[in-house]
Amino acid sequence: MNTDDKKRLLREMLFARRFEERCYEAYMERKIGGFLHLYPGQEACALGVMEAARPGHDYVITGYRDHIHAIKCGADPKAVMAELFAKESGCSKGRGGSMHIFDTAHRFMGGYALVGGPFPLAAGMAKAIQLKGGDEIAICFLGDAANNQGSYHESLNMAALWKLPVLYITENNLYGIGTRIDRSTAVKDQYKRACSYGIPAEQADGQDIEAVYHAAKVAVDHVRSGKGPYLLELLTYRYRGHSMSDANAYRCKDEEKEWGKRDPLIILRDQLIAAGAIGEDDYHAIDKAVIDEIEQEIIPFSENAPEPDVAELERYVLAENDPWVRPAAGGQQ
Amino acid sequence: MAEMMYWEAVRRAHDEEMARDPLVICMGEDVGVVGGTYKATSGLYDKYGPERVIDTPIAEGGYTGLGIGASFLGVRPIIELMSVNFAWLAMDQIFNSAAKVRYMSGGQLEAPVVIRSPGGCAHQLGAQHSARMEKVFMGIAGLRVVTPSNPRQAYGMLKSAVRCNDPVFINEHELMYNMKGEVPDEEYFHPLEGSEVTRQGKDITLFGYNISVHWCLEAADELAKEGIEAEVIDLYSLSPLDRAGIAASVSKTHRAIIVEEAEAPVGVGAEVMAIINEACFFELDAAPVRVSARNVPIPFNRTLEKAALPNPAEVVAAARRMLGR
Ligand SMILES: Cc1ncc(C[n+]2csc(CCOP(=O)(O)OP(=O)(O)O)c2C)c(N)n1
Ligand SMILES: [Mg+2]
Repeated sequence: MNTDDKKRLLREMLFARRFEERCYEAYMERKIGGFLHLYPGQEACALGVMEAARPGHDYVITGYRDHIHAIKCGADPKAVMAELFAKESGCSKGRGGSMHIFDTAHRFMGGYALVGGPFPLAAGMAKAIQLKGGDEIAICFLGDAANNQGSYHESLNMAALWKLPVLYITENNLYGIGTRIDRSTAVKDQYKRACSYGIPAEQADGQDIEAVYHAAKVAVDHVRSGKGPYLLELLTYRYRGHSMSDANAYRCKDEEKEWGKRDPLIILRDQLIAAGAIGEDDYHAIDKAVIDEIEQEIIPFSENAPEPDVAELERYVLAENDPWVRPAAGGQQ
Repeated sequence: MAEMMYWEAVRRAHDEEMARDPLVICMGEDVGVVGGTYKATSGLYDKYGPERVIDTPIAEGGYTGLGIGASFLGVRPIIELMSVNFAWLAMDQIFNSAAKVRYMSGGQLEAPVVIRSPGGCAHQLGAQHSARMEKVFMGIAGLRVVTPSNPRQAYGMLKSAVRCNDPVFINEHELMYNMKGEVPDEEYFHPLEGSEVTRQGKDITLFGYNISVHWCLEAADELAKEGIEAEVIDLYSLSPLDRAGIAASVSKTHRAIIVEEAEAPVGVGAEVMAIINEACFFELDAAPVRVSARNVPIPFNRTLEKAALPNPAEVVAAARRMLGR
């Protein structure tokens, strides 16, 4: 990772932070409804892993905390924000919402709301890649608490058994909503759980994007070279409540403070400043540019975008005019 | 046209579709080396290999989800759930992933997966192997549900389902795999929507699906002896149900009995009755009736088990009552 990469990533991370903070405000203004799960604190995870992978080429799937994963894959932030605003111009045409961002053109295969649901879907995408003979890999990002679902174990077993090209990322932010990991999970280190399926696994600092990148590079190379699945655990922390409806009263202030000192954005910024690659002023200039983009392009686009047409309520339930529903040969209809 | 058994028809559809398209695969417990609990995939493992005829671990949610994920990338998996009772373990993936992904992605992504499974009651398999789950699947928007009543349908529907871009659940029956019937020699595609007039009649309509079509036909034979001409409609598509076909037959006979192997609550009969109410209420000469299973877990004892399930004699009795005989 050279200095230019890091500077670019600093902008991406600032963008991710400001984007999510703006979502928070828009939610408070009631422009965004429903469940809203934000990403501040965890930015280095999605950005660092995808920096080591091939965004738009590799297939990515995740849970409901999905905005930044989608954007890093190549989704237009305007379409993501418009989706949160429930507009027809949203990337899921206003039918999905915050938890269901999709951009299949960039191979972002969706955010899913059922904890653990994407584990087997990712294995299945990897199976498809294997059958078709491509050099893509499937990457599944989920939280620590998702690892207690049966789908985790079922999927890891099959992925290992069939040597599927799938990379599982555990973003371990220590909590599943309000339940701390030591109260829900018998094993503290999540990467260790992969060994029961013979899957190589590693743990890395999820707050330092360079550490994430290097760990992910090893993981991605392993999977892409046909050696089968890999699991990477990233130690991280979310700076807000689980979702907007979470009062966040269950975490002790000392813990929040400690993790606050390990802000991925500040870590990267300070690295760049220490290396003399940027100055404080540059940082503020980037920040201003990011905020301007959000305020002058993304928000107006989303606000002015059209609402879905109620006449199209029943569209997308089933395929349109599928010839095999009433094939010419056979049947009496 | 050759006679073949139901399982042979299902097997033939697999074989033809897999030969045509290398992205058609099949998967499930014991579908490979064993060839399927009901032989529906026999011989395919040797022909197409372990990459495409996949013996899965016993992990219904996991491998169903895996099949759905593969279908996102254009693979066409035919997933066999060994028994419909085990489908509950896969329900999250069927309901939350396969059926909803097209909608919640605004039409970007689809899950063209086929899930087939034997349902129904066989003989003394007990409460946990006797579920009739069609009513559960029918209530899921975004999922097609078909239920073949004979080998021709079993063959032609699987062929269409593999090619259709929607997720399709095919509800088969434990007792019907050895049933014989004619299947066209040439390639044949059965519709996934609609219904079939299996027997013409003018006095009363008997609606059946899957095994209960045969009970309806038996009952119609019996009623014919008494001069009652019963029409038998095969509701081979349970989702969507054929509103027009249901209304057309009731408008002709003015009387309807729905025969279902499942318990009455929230079932096919309830749904067909609602359609009749909505579509052709004023055509009715009598209130529609359901002949359904009793609302109990299926008992092991053979006498109790038989008593829990409907049969042709009950259909005949219901028809006589309706016609005032
Ligand atoms: C199957 C299921 N059970 C429960 C929930 C409610 N729920 C949503 S998120 C969540 C916590 C998940 O925590 P984790 O996997 O660690 O991810 P994080 O939110 O920390 O990113 C729970 C219990 C759900 N959405 N799906
Ligand atoms: Mg968590």
